[in-house]
Amino acid sequence: MSVLDFSYMAQLAPYLLTKLPITLGMASAGMLCALVLASLLAVIRVTRPPVLNQLTLLFISFFRGTPLLVQLFLFYYGLPQIFTSLVKVDGITATILGLTLHFSAYMAESIRAAIAGVDRSQTEAALSIGMTQGQLMRRIVLPQATRIAVPTLMNYFIDMIKSTSLAFTLGVTELMGATQKDASSSFMYFEAFLTVAIIYWVVVELLSRLQKMLEHRLNRAYAR
Amino acid sequence: MITLSRLVKTFGNSTVLDGIDLTIEKGEIIVVIGPSGTGKSTLLRCINMLETPDSGEISLNKLRIDFAKASRAEQLALRRNTAFVFQNYALFANRTARDNVAERLIVVDGWPRARAHARAMELLERVGLGDRGNAYPSALSGGQQQRVGIARAMAADAEVILFDEPTSALDPEWVEEVLGVMKQLASQRQTMMVVTHEMQFARDVADRVIFMEGGRIVEQGPPDQLFSDPKDPRTRSFLRKVLGTSA
Repeated sequence: MSVLDFSYMAQLAPYLLTKLPITLGMASAGMLCALVLASLLAVIRVTRPPVLNQLTLLFISFFRGTPLLVQLFLFYYGLPQIFTSLVKVDGITATILGLTLHFSAYMAESIRAAIAGVDRSQTEAALSIGMTQGQLMRRIVLPQATRIAVPTLMNYFIDMIKSTSLAFTLGVTELMGATQKDASSSFMYFEAFLTVAIIYWVVVELLSRLQKMLEHRLNRAYAR
Repeated sequence: MITLSRLVKTFGNSTVLDGIDLTIEKGEIIVVIGPSGTGKSTLLRCINMLETPDSGEISLNKLRIDFAKASRAEQLALRRNTAFVFQNYALFANRTARDNVAERLIVVDGWPRARAHARAMELLERVGLGDRGNAYPSALSGGQQQRVGIARAMAADAEVILFDEPTSALDPEWVEEVLGVMKQLASQRQTMMVVTHEMQFARDVADRVIFMEGGRIVEQGPPDQLFSDPKDPRTRSFLRKVLGTSA
Protein backbone atom coordinates (compact mmCIF):
# COMPACT_ATOMS: atom_id res chain seq x y z
CA MET A 1 0.00 0.00 0.00
CA SER A 2 1.34 3.39 -0.91
CA VAL A 3 2.21 5.90 1.78
CA LEU A 4 -0.26 8.60 0.87
CA ASP A 5 -2.62 9.04 -2.01
CA PHE A 6 -1.86 12.65 -2.87
CA SER A 7 -4.12 12.75 -5.88
CA TYR A 8 -7.07 11.83 -3.68
CA MET A 9 -6.11 14.60 -1.26
CA ALA A 10 -5.72 17.12 -4.07
CA GLN A 11 -9.13 16.20 -5.33
CA LEU A 12 -10.77 16.22 -1.90
CA ALA A 13 -9.36 19.56 -0.72
CA PRO A 14 -11.26 21.81 -3.20
CA TYR A 15 -14.48 20.03 -2.33
CA LEU A 16 -13.88 20.47 1.39
CA LEU A 17 -13.09 24.15 0.89
CA THR A 18 -16.63 24.66 -0.42
CA LYS A 19 -17.79 23.67 3.10
CA LEU A 20 -15.47 26.18 4.77
CA PRO A 21 -18.09 28.97 4.62
CA ILE A 22 -20.45 26.83 6.73
CA THR A 23 -17.74 26.26 9.32
CA LEU A 24 -16.63 29.89 9.42
CA GLY A 25 -20.23 31.09 9.27
CA MET A 26 -21.23 29.07 12.31
CA ALA A 27 -18.13 30.20 14.18
CA SER A 28 -18.62 33.86 13.27
CA ALA A 29 -22.29 33.87 14.16
CA GLY A 30 -21.50 32.02 17.38
CA MET A 31 -18.72 34.48 18.20
CA LEU A 32 -20.86 37.56 17.61
CA CYS A 33 -23.73 36.24 19.72
CA ALA A 34 -21.32 35.03 22.39
CA LEU A 35 -19.62 38.44 22.54
CA VAL A 36 -22.93 40.19 23.12
CA LEU A 37 -24.09 37.68 25.72
CA ALA A 38 -20.69 37.53 27.43
CA SER A 39 -20.50 41.34 27.69
CA LEU A 40 -23.91 41.33 29.29
CA LEU A 41 -22.92 38.59 31.73
CA ALA A 42 -19.65 40.38 32.49
CA VAL A 43 -21.41 43.64 33.31
CA ILE A 44 -23.74 41.71 35.60
CA ARG A 45 -20.74 40.11 37.29
CA VAL A 46 -19.10 43.51 37.77
CA THR A 47 -22.16 45.38 39.01
CA ARG A 48 -23.62 42.40 40.92
CA PRO A 49 -27.32 43.11 40.87
CA PRO A 50 -29.12 40.70 43.25
CA VAL A 51 -30.77 37.62 41.70
CA LEU A 52 -29.35 38.33 38.22
CA ASN A 53 -25.86 37.88 39.62
CA GLN A 54 -26.75 34.49 41.12
CA LEU A 55 -28.46 33.38 37.91
CA THR A 56 -25.40 34.43 35.95
CA LEU A 57 -23.13 32.46 38.25
CA LEU A 58 -25.36 29.40 37.79
CA PHE A 59 -25.33 29.84 34.00
CA ILE A 60 -21.55 30.17 33.86
CA SER A 61 -21.07 27.22 36.19
CA PHE A 62 -23.31 24.96 34.10
CA PHE A 63 -21.92 25.84 30.69
CA ARG A 64 -18.34 25.61 31.84
CA GLY A 65 -18.98 22.47 33.80
CA THR A 66 -20.45 20.33 31.04
CA PRO A 67 -18.96 19.20 27.70
CA LEU A 68 -19.93 21.13 24.60
CA LEU A 69 -20.95 17.89 22.90
CA VAL A 70 -23.41 17.13 25.70
CA GLN A 71 -24.82 20.64 25.42
CA LEU A 72 -25.24 20.30 21.66
CA PHE A 73 -27.10 17.00 22.05
CA LEU A 74 -29.22 18.59 24.75
CA PHE A 75 -30.27 21.42 22.43
CA TYR A 76 -30.66 19.37 19.28
CA TYR A 77 -32.17 16.12 20.50
CA GLY A 78 -33.33 16.95 24.01
CA LEU A 79 -35.11 20.29 23.94
CA PRO A 80 -37.47 19.53 21.01
CA GLN A 81 -38.92 16.69 23.08
CA ILE A 82 -39.95 19.16 25.75
CA PHE A 83 -40.72 22.20 23.61
CA THR A 84 -42.41 20.74 20.57
CA SER A 85 -42.15 24.03 18.68
CA LEU A 86 -38.39 23.51 18.55
CA VAL A 87 -38.65 20.46 16.32
CA LYS A 88 -37.73 22.57 13.36
CA VAL A 89 -34.43 23.73 14.84
CA ASP A 90 -31.81 22.58 12.35
CA GLY A 91 -28.31 21.42 13.14
CA ILE A 92 -26.69 24.70 12.17
CA THR A 93 -28.94 26.75 14.44
CA ALA A 94 -28.47 24.31 17.30
CA THR A 95 -24.70 24.48 16.84
CA ILE A 96 -24.68 28.27 16.84
CA LEU A 97 -26.86 28.26 19.95
CA GLY A 98 -24.59 25.76 21.68
CA LEU A 99 -21.40 27.60 20.75
CA THR A 100 -22.92 30.89 21.90
CA LEU A 101 -23.97 29.65 25.32
CA HIS A 102 -20.87 27.54 25.90
CA PHE A 103 -18.31 30.13 24.89
CA SER A 104 -20.12 33.08 26.42
CA ALA A 105 -19.70 31.42 29.79
CA TYR A 106 -15.93 31.38 29.31
CA MET A 107 -15.73 34.77 27.63
CA ALA A 108 -17.81 36.46 30.33
CA GLU A 109 -15.09 35.64 32.81
CA SER A 110 -12.28 37.05 30.68
CA ILE A 111 -14.29 40.18 29.87
CA ARG A 112 -15.01 40.61 33.57
CA ALA A 113 -11.32 40.28 34.35
CA ALA A 114 -10.49 42.78 31.61
CA ILE A 115 -12.96 45.31 33.02
CA ALA A 116 -11.47 44.80 36.47
CA GLY A 117 -8.04 45.25 34.92
CA VAL A 118 -8.77 48.81 33.81
CA ASP A 119 -7.13 51.14 36.30
CA ARG A 120 -9.50 52.50 38.94
CA SER A 121 -8.23 56.02 38.24
CA GLN A 122 -9.92 55.89 34.81
CA THR A 123 -13.30 55.39 36.46
CA GLU A 124 -12.64 58.13 39.00
CA ALA A 125 -11.58 60.61 36.34
CA ALA A 126 -14.72 59.83 34.35
CA LEU A 127 -16.91 60.24 37.42
CA SER A 128 -15.17 63.47 38.37
CA ILE A 129 -16.18 65.16 35.15
CA GLY A 130 -19.76 64.10 35.71
CA MET A 131 -20.18 61.10 33.42
CA THR A 132 -22.91 58.61 34.21
CA GLN A 133 -22.08 54.95 34.85
CA GLY A 134 -23.26 54.06 31.36
CA GLN A 135 -21.17 56.75 29.71
CA LEU A 136 -18.01 55.84 31.55
CA MET A 137 -18.48 52.16 30.77
CA ARG A 138 -19.12 52.77 27.09
CA ARG A 139 -16.55 55.47 26.44
CA ILE A 140 -13.70 54.82 28.84
CA VAL A 141 -13.73 51.43 30.55
CA LEU A 142 -14.98 49.05 27.84
CA PRO A 143 -12.65 50.38 25.09
CA GLN A 144 -9.69 49.87 27.42
CA ALA A 145 -10.98 46.50 28.58
CA THR A 146 -11.30 45.45 24.94
CA ARG A 147 -7.61 45.88 24.46
CA ILE A 148 -6.92 43.67 27.46
CA ALA A 149 -9.50 41.07 26.41
CA VAL A 150 -8.78 40.78 22.69
CA PRO A 151 -5.94 38.23 22.84
CA THR A 152 -8.00 35.86 25.00
CA LEU A 153 -11.16 36.40 22.97
CA MET A 154 -9.30 35.67 19.75
CA ASN A 155 -8.12 32.44 21.29
CA TYR A 156 -11.72 31.55 22.09
CA PHE A 157 -12.67 32.32 18.50
CA ILE A 158 -9.99 29.94 17.26
CA ASP A 159 -11.22 27.35 19.71
CA MET A 160 -14.75 27.96 18.46
CA ILE A 161 -13.78 27.34 14.84
CA LYS A 162 -12.36 24.00 15.80
CA SER A 163 -15.40 23.22 17.95
CA THR A 164 -17.74 23.65 14.96
CA SER A 165 -16.48 20.23 13.89
CA LEU A 166 -18.83 18.79 16.49
CA ALA A 167 -21.72 19.96 14.31
CA PHE A 168 -21.26 16.84 12.17
CA THR A 169 -22.78 14.87 15.05
CA LEU A 170 -25.95 16.91 14.50
CA GLY A 171 -25.94 15.99 10.82
CA VAL A 172 -24.46 19.23 9.53
CA THR A 173 -22.26 18.80 6.48
CA GLU A 174 -19.59 21.28 7.41
CA LEU A 175 -15.84 20.66 7.01
CA MET A 176 -15.73 17.68 9.32
CA GLY A 177 -19.05 16.23 8.23
CA ALA A 178 -18.08 16.41 4.57
CA THR A 179 -14.77 14.74 5.30
CA GLN A 180 -16.43 11.99 7.27
CA LYS A 181 -18.87 11.27 4.46
CA ASP A 182 -16.24 11.25 1.76
CA ALA A 183 -13.90 9.06 3.77
CA SER A 184 -16.55 6.48 4.47
CA SER A 185 -17.08 5.95 0.76
CA SER A 186 -13.44 6.18 -0.33
CA PHE A 187 -12.09 4.34 2.72
CA MET A 188 -9.05 6.65 2.62
CA TYR A 189 -9.49 7.75 6.20
CA PHE A 190 -5.95 8.84 6.78
CA GLU A 191 -5.78 11.03 3.66
CA ALA A 192 -9.22 12.51 4.30
CA PHE A 193 -8.65 13.45 7.91
CA LEU A 194 -5.15 14.67 7.20
CA THR A 195 -6.56 16.95 4.52
CA VAL A 196 -9.18 18.40 6.82
CA ALA A 197 -6.61 18.80 9.59
CA ILE A 198 -4.42 20.84 7.27
CA ILE A 199 -7.35 23.03 6.28
CA TYR A 200 -8.19 23.75 9.95
CA TRP A 201 -4.54 24.37 10.65
CA VAL A 202 -4.08 26.88 7.83
CA VAL A 203 -7.27 28.74 8.77
CA VAL A 204 -6.19 29.00 12.40
CA GLU A 205 -2.69 30.05 11.39
CA LEU A 206 -4.07 32.86 9.22
CA LEU A 207 -6.27 33.98 12.08
CA SER A 208 -3.29 34.06 14.44
CA ARG A 209 -1.57 36.45 12.04
CA LEU A 210 -4.68 38.60 12.01
CA GLN A 211 -4.72 38.50 15.81
CA LYS A 212 -1.15 39.84 15.97
CA MET A 213 -2.03 42.69 13.64
CA LEU A 214 -5.15 43.53 15.63
CA GLU A 215 -3.26 43.56 18.92
CA HIS A 216 -0.61 45.79 17.44
CA ARG A 217 -3.28 48.22 16.29
CA LEU A 218 -5.06 48.26 19.64
CA ASN A 219 -1.82 48.87 21.49
CA ARG A 220 -0.87 51.92 19.48
CA ALA A 221 -2.33 54.41 21.97
CA TYR A 222 -0.51 52.78 24.85
CA ALA A 223 2.94 52.27 23.38
CA ARG A 224 5.65 54.40 24.88
CA MET B 1 -19.52 80.83 46.71
CA ILE B 2 -19.39 77.31 48.08
CA THR B 3 -20.40 76.48 51.62
CA LEU B 4 -19.70 73.22 53.38
CA SER B 5 -21.23 72.55 56.74
CA ARG B 6 -20.79 69.83 59.36
CA LEU B 7 -19.16 67.48 56.86
CA VAL B 8 -18.48 64.05 58.37
CA LYS B 9 -16.82 61.10 56.63
CA THR B 10 -15.93 57.79 58.20
CA PHE B 11 -14.18 54.75 56.79
CA GLY B 12 -15.21 51.79 58.94
CA ASN B 13 -14.41 52.75 62.50
CA SER B 14 -12.17 55.71 61.77
CA THR B 15 -13.55 59.20 61.38
CA VAL B 16 -11.60 60.82 58.58
CA LEU B 17 -13.48 64.11 58.48
CA ASP B 18 -14.90 65.22 61.79
CA GLY B 19 -17.32 68.04 61.13
CA ILE B 20 -15.79 70.36 58.55
CA ASP B 21 -17.27 73.84 58.06
CA LEU B 22 -15.85 75.82 55.20
CA THR B 23 -16.76 78.65 52.90
CA ILE B 24 -14.98 79.17 49.61
CA GLU B 25 -15.43 82.61 48.06
CA LYS B 26 -15.62 83.08 44.33
CA GLY B 27 -12.12 83.63 42.97
CA GLU B 28 -10.48 82.52 46.17
CA ILE B 29 -7.34 80.40 46.17
CA ILE B 30 -7.25 78.09 49.15
CA VAL B 31 -4.30 75.85 49.97
CA VAL B 32 -4.82 72.99 52.41
CA ILE B 33 -1.79 71.73 54.31
CA GLY B 34 -1.27 69.24 57.09
CA PRO B 35 0.29 65.89 57.94
CA SER B 36 -0.59 62.97 55.70
CA GLY B 37 -3.62 60.92 56.63
CA THR B 38 -5.50 63.86 58.14
CA GLY B 39 -8.31 63.90 55.60
CA LYS B 40 -7.12 66.63 53.23
CA SER B 41 -7.58 64.55 50.10
CA THR B 42 -10.78 63.04 51.43
CA LEU B 43 -12.16 66.55 51.90
CA LEU B 44 -11.50 67.35 48.23
CA ARG B 45 -12.94 64.02 47.14
CA CYS B 46 -16.08 64.66 49.17
CA ILE B 47 -16.62 68.02 47.47
CA ASN B 48 -16.47 66.23 44.07
CA MET B 49 -18.43 63.29 45.57
CA LEU B 50 -15.80 60.78 44.59
CA GLU B 51 -16.42 59.86 48.22
CA THR B 52 -19.88 60.07 49.69
CA PRO B 53 -19.81 61.81 53.05
CA ASP B 54 -21.81 60.27 55.90
CA SER B 55 -23.47 63.57 56.66
CA GLY B 56 -23.20 67.27 56.13
CA GLU B 57 -24.34 69.76 53.54
CA ILE B 58 -22.92 71.63 50.62
CA SER B 59 -24.35 74.60 48.82
CA LEU B 60 -23.02 75.79 45.53
CA ASN B 61 -24.93 78.28 43.40
CA LYS B 62 -28.52 77.07 43.48
CA LEU B 63 -27.49 73.56 44.47
CA ARG B 64 -28.10 72.65 48.07
CA ILE B 65 -27.27 69.07 48.85
CA ASP B 66 -27.70 67.07 52.00
CA PHE B 67 -25.00 64.43 51.61
CA ALA B 68 -26.85 61.87 53.72
CA LYS B 69 -29.63 61.71 51.16
CA ALA B 70 -28.09 62.97 47.95
CA SER B 71 -29.88 61.72 44.86
CA ARG B 72 -28.05 60.50 41.81
CA ALA B 73 -29.04 63.68 39.96
CA GLU B 74 -27.64 65.86 42.74
CA GLN B 75 -24.44 63.85 42.75
CA LEU B 76 -24.01 64.39 39.01
CA ALA B 77 -24.84 68.08 39.30
CA LEU B 78 -22.24 68.53 42.03
CA ARG B 79 -19.59 66.67 40.06
CA ARG B 80 -20.30 68.72 36.98
CA ASN B 81 -19.82 71.93 38.91
CA THR B 82 -16.58 70.93 40.59
CA ALA B 83 -13.48 69.89 38.63
CA PHE B 84 -10.79 67.58 39.93
CA VAL B 85 -7.07 67.33 39.23
CA PHE B 86 -5.64 64.00 40.34
CA GLN B 87 -2.29 63.26 41.91
CA ASN B 88 -1.64 60.52 39.34
CA TYR B 89 -3.08 62.66 36.47
CA ALA B 90 -5.64 59.95 35.62
CA LEU B 91 -5.85 60.94 31.98
CA PHE B 92 -8.07 58.70 29.86
CA ALA B 93 -5.54 56.28 28.39
CA ASN B 94 -7.65 55.66 25.29
CA ARG B 95 -7.97 59.33 24.40
CA THR B 96 -5.51 61.83 22.95
CA ALA B 97 -4.60 64.94 24.92
CA ARG B 98 -7.16 66.94 22.94
CA ASP B 99 -9.87 64.35 23.43
CA ASN B 100 -9.16 64.11 27.15
CA VAL B 101 -10.03 67.77 27.40
CA ALA B 102 -12.93 67.63 24.95
CA GLU B 103 -14.52 64.49 26.40
CA ARG B 104 -16.54 66.30 29.01
CA LEU B 105 -17.68 69.02 26.65
CA ILE B 106 -19.00 66.42 24.22
CA VAL B 107 -20.44 63.84 26.59
CA VAL B 108 -21.62 65.89 29.54
CA ASP B 109 -22.29 69.32 28.05
CA GLY B 110 -23.43 68.07 24.65
CA TRP B 111 -21.23 70.37 22.58
CA PRO B 112 -20.82 69.63 18.88
CA ARG B 113 -17.59 67.74 18.29
CA ALA B 114 -15.86 70.44 16.24
CA ARG B 115 -16.55 73.15 18.76
CA ALA B 116 -15.41 70.95 21.66
CA HIS B 117 -12.18 70.13 19.83
CA ALA B 118 -11.50 73.79 19.13
CA ARG B 119 -12.11 74.66 22.77
CA ALA B 120 -9.86 71.79 23.89
CA MET B 121 -7.03 73.03 21.68
CA GLU B 122 -7.48 76.52 23.10
CA LEU B 123 -7.11 75.17 26.62
CA LEU B 124 -4.11 73.02 25.70
CA GLU B 125 -2.57 76.17 24.23
CA ARG B 126 -3.06 77.88 27.57
CA VAL B 127 -1.19 75.15 29.45
CA GLY B 128 1.58 75.26 26.86
CA LEU B 129 0.67 72.06 25.02
CA GLY B 130 -0.85 73.44 21.84
CA ASP B 131 1.44 71.18 19.81
CA ARG B 132 0.64 67.93 21.64
CA GLY B 133 -3.07 67.65 20.99
CA ASN B 134 -2.74 64.38 19.09
CA ALA B 135 -0.46 62.70 21.62
CA TYR B 136 -1.77 59.86 23.76
CA PRO B 137 -1.05 60.12 27.50
CA SER B 138 1.54 57.35 27.31
CA ALA B 139 3.62 59.54 24.99
CA LEU B 140 3.62 62.52 27.38
CA SER B 141 5.90 63.27 30.32
CA GLY B 142 4.44 63.42 33.82
CA GLY B 143 4.48 67.19 33.76
CA GLN B 144 2.75 67.29 30.40
CA GLN B 145 0.14 64.77 31.53
CA GLN B 146 -0.64 66.83 34.59
CA ARG B 147 -0.97 69.98 32.48
CA VAL B 148 -3.46 68.12 30.28
CA GLY B 149 -5.19 67.11 33.52
CA ILE B 150 -5.46 70.78 34.46
CA ALA B 151 -6.74 71.69 30.99
CA ARG B 152 -9.37 68.94 31.36
CA ALA B 153 -10.43 70.47 34.67
CA MET B 154 -10.54 73.94 33.10
CA ALA B 155 -12.86 72.69 30.35
CA ALA B 156 -15.54 72.09 32.93
CA ASP B 157 -15.82 75.82 33.60
CA ALA B 158 -16.56 74.65 37.13
CA GLU B 159 -17.23 76.72 40.23
CA VAL B 160 -14.00 75.41 41.72
CA ILE B 161 -11.05 73.33 40.60
CA LEU B 162 -9.89 70.88 43.24
CA PHE B 163 -6.21 69.93 43.11
CA ASP B 164 -5.28 66.77 44.98
CA GLU B 165 -1.50 66.92 45.49
CA PRO B 166 -1.00 67.74 41.81
CA THR B 167 2.80 67.68 41.95
CA SER B 168 3.43 64.84 44.41
CA ALA B 169 3.78 62.12 41.79
CA LEU B 170 5.99 64.21 39.51
CA ASP B 171 9.71 63.94 38.98
CA PRO B 172 11.27 67.11 40.41
CA GLU B 173 12.10 68.40 36.94
CA TRP B 174 8.39 68.67 36.03
CA VAL B 175 7.11 70.31 39.21
CA GLU B 176 7.78 73.90 38.20
CA GLU B 177 5.91 73.75 34.90
CA VAL B 178 2.82 72.42 36.64
CA LEU B 179 3.00 74.99 39.42
CA GLY B 180 3.49 77.62 36.73
CA VAL B 181 0.21 76.69 35.08
CA MET B 182 -1.52 76.75 38.46
CA LYS B 183 -0.11 80.19 39.23
CA GLN B 184 -1.34 81.45 35.91
CA LEU B 185 -4.82 80.11 36.71
CA ALA B 186 -4.68 81.73 40.11
CA SER B 187 -3.78 85.08 38.58
CA GLN B 188 -6.98 84.82 36.52
CA ARG B 189 -8.90 84.38 39.78
CA GLN B 190 -10.03 80.87 39.03
CA THR B 191 -11.49 79.55 42.30
CA MET B 192 -9.10 76.83 43.45
CA MET B 193 -8.66 74.54 46.40
CA VAL B 194 -5.26 72.90 46.47
CA VAL B 195 -3.97 70.14 48.71
CA THR B 196 -0.20 70.27 48.48
CA HIS B 197 3.10 69.99 50.24
CA GLU B 198 4.53 72.85 48.18
CA MET B 199 4.83 75.43 50.95
CA GLN B 200 6.39 78.05 48.71
CA PHE B 201 3.39 77.79 46.38
CA ALA B 202 1.07 78.24 49.35
CA ARG B 203 3.00 81.33 50.42
CA ASP B 204 3.11 82.89 46.97
CA VAL B 205 -0.34 82.09 45.65
CA ALA B 206 -2.85 81.32 48.39
CA ASP B 207 -5.38 83.81 49.67
CA ARG B 208 -6.00 81.53 52.58
CA VAL B 209 -4.10 78.59 54.00
CA ILE B 210 -5.95 75.90 55.93
CA PHE B 211 -4.11 73.64 58.32
CA MET B 212 -5.83 70.30 58.92
CA GLU B 213 -5.11 67.60 61.40
CA GLY B 214 -7.15 64.65 62.68
CA GLY B 215 -10.03 65.32 60.31
CA ARG B 216 -10.52 68.89 61.49
CA ILE B 217 -9.57 72.36 60.41
CA VAL B 218 -7.17 73.39 63.16
CA GLU B 219 -6.27 76.81 61.94
CA GLN B 220 -6.70 78.98 58.86
CA GLY B 221 -5.64 82.40 57.70
CA PRO B 222 -3.72 84.37 55.10
CA PRO B 223 -0.36 82.75 54.34
CA ASP B 224 1.67 85.60 55.87
CA GLN B 225 -0.08 85.20 59.15
CA LEU B 226 -0.28 81.40 59.19
CA PHE B 227 3.32 80.84 58.23
CA SER B 228 4.91 83.55 60.36
CA ASP B 229 2.61 83.56 63.35
CA PRO B 230 0.71 80.27 63.72
CA LYS B 231 -1.54 80.27 66.78
CA ASP B 232 -2.03 76.57 67.38
CA PRO B 233 0.86 74.48 68.71
CA ARG B 234 -0.02 71.70 66.23
CA THR B 235 0.36 74.13 63.33
CA ARG B 236 3.65 75.34 64.75
CA SER B 237 4.99 71.84 65.16
CA PHE B 238 3.94 70.86 61.60
CA LEU B 239 5.47 73.95 60.04
CA ARG B 240 8.67 73.46 61.98
CA LYS B 241 8.91 69.95 60.54
CA VAL B 242 8.20 70.84 56.92
CA LEU B 243 10.03 74.18 56.79
CA GLY B 244 12.89 73.09 58.99
CA THR B 245 12.80 76.41 60.84
CA SER B 246 11.59 77.49 64.25
CA ALA B 247 8.51 79.18 62.95
